[in-house]
Amino acid sequence: MYNDLVIDHFSNPRNVGEIEDADGVGQIGDPGCGDVMRITIAVDERERITDVKFLTFGCCAAVATSSMVTELVMGKSVAEAALVTNESVAEALGGLPPEKMHCSNLAADAMHLALEDHLARSGRAAQDETTPRQVHP
Amino acid sequence: MRSVYFDHAATTPLDPRVLEAMLPFYCERYGNPSELHRLGRQARAAVDEARVRVAAALGAGESEIVFTGGGSEADNLAVCGFLSQFASGRLIVSAVEHSAVLEAARDLGRRGWAVDIVPVDGRGVVDRHAYERAFRDDTRLVSVMLANNLVGTLQPIADLARIAHDRGVAFHTDAVQAVGSVPVDVSALGVDLLSLSGHKLYGPKGIGALYVKQGTRLAPLVHGGGQERGLRSGTENVPGIVGLAAALSLATGALDETRPRVEALRDRLVAGVMERIPEVRYLGHPEDRLPGNVALAVRYVEGESMLLRLDAEGFMVASGSACASGSGEPSHVVLALGVDATEAQGSIRISLGRENSEDEVDAFLAVLPTVVESLRRMSPLYGKR
Repeated sequence: MYNDLVIDHFSNPRNVGEIEDADGVGQIGDPGCGDVMRITIAVDERERITDVKFLTFGCCAAVATSSMVTELVMGKSVAEAALVTNESVAEALGGLPPEKMHCSNLAADAMHLALEDHLARSGRAAQDETTPRQVHP
Repeated sequence: MRSVYFDHAATTPLDPRVLEAMLPFYCERYGNPSELHRLGRQARAAVDEARVRVAAALGAGESEIVFTGGGSEADNLAVCGFLSQFASGRLIVSAVEHSAVLEAARDLGRRGWAVDIVPVDGRGVVDRHAYERAFRDDTRLVSVMLANNLVGTLQPIADLARIAHDRGVAFHTDAVQAVGSVPVDVSALGVDLLSLSGHKLYGPKGIGALYVKQGTRLAPLVHGGGQERGLRSGTENVPGIVGLAAALSLATGALDETRPRVEALRDRLVAGVMERIPEVRYLGHPEDRLPGNVALAVRYVEGESMLLRLDAEGFMVASGSACASGSGEPSHVVLALGVDATEAQGSIRISLGRENSEDEVDAFLAVLPTVVESLRRMSPLYGKR
């Protein structure tokens, strides 16, 4: 059902945890449906993601996609990170079972919410700058 | 690598003695029981003997046993086959029935039948008052399982059947999960129809039986050569039938020994879990339950994750979470107990069998807390409690 890479990310998830005083926080999902993902990011003054961590309540696919999305955006610029989609996360994992594509593949969405949160915060910090809004997929 | 099987409610290994009884009927005594020649007569004799043994194990008459292609088919034959004699009416089922009954009921619902689903209490026992109130003038059949496959709760079938009969309504029980694990006697239960399955009791897959009380009218689902007194056409699965009878005789014969032993393992496991892991709920009835089933709701973690982490450690269990069930929703059984959807996502079922040992239980108790703690540390719900 799950390929080896998915199982590896599930069994040895990367970047588990929560960044204190994060520059952006994104949470998505409904525990009643089985998946909640929370992503926290640290962003430097050059708009580069210097750290990213996740907490996930969910199945194997939910954990693996969360782990993978943190790997994909670590060290990237905010603009680059915004290009990561749920589909590209699944692709980077070598594919997910079809029934998991929609219910548990939300990690990029959580990441985008963290980016939006970061941009909103920096917008508040520098109100005279016009902050480009990320389009939520 | 360690391999510990704790999923006996899903299926059981075939008892080697059962396999031995079945083997001659594949390559040597392969005759069709409907044929008059020697091989046919041999096969017929084997099927007849198996029917006598199955009937004896259930306290039934041999003419009251119909072999089917499994437990789900027996359930469908009971519910749909019984109701097809009526043009319309109502059917009562419990909220925790197996999908073989619930989906059959839903299909009847789409074809104009009214289905009354009776709730259960927090222990999984049918709500007596709701049950009594569910009967109407045109209620034709009740179907309530003897033992629940997930939480293991035993229903007071004899009482429920008597209440139905007092109102002139027939009663079916899905005993698939119970037969072989607890004593089952059709006359003590007072039911009209009772389903069982081979592979839940160390017999083969693809074989089941329906007890049909003398005088109970039933129409077949499978039409053809008129086998099984016309109730289940198709050439008999002779090795399967022989295997079912052998497995049932062995299981019921050893019940006095296996039941207390498996119960002791179960109680050891539950006590160990409760002692080692906080915020876990032991689901089902505290006493009236199957010997082997342990259903737990573990807060802040999701069932499929627990299942796969335990699998990586060599322990095979089942889960009632949405992901593990594949339905997009957590187990209807766990929800019917009043467990909220989030907690229900953390449900796992450990079902012990007669070949499990104390050492296996203790090894599991050494691993489960680590698995739960590791997943809880990853859970955004845990930090927010």
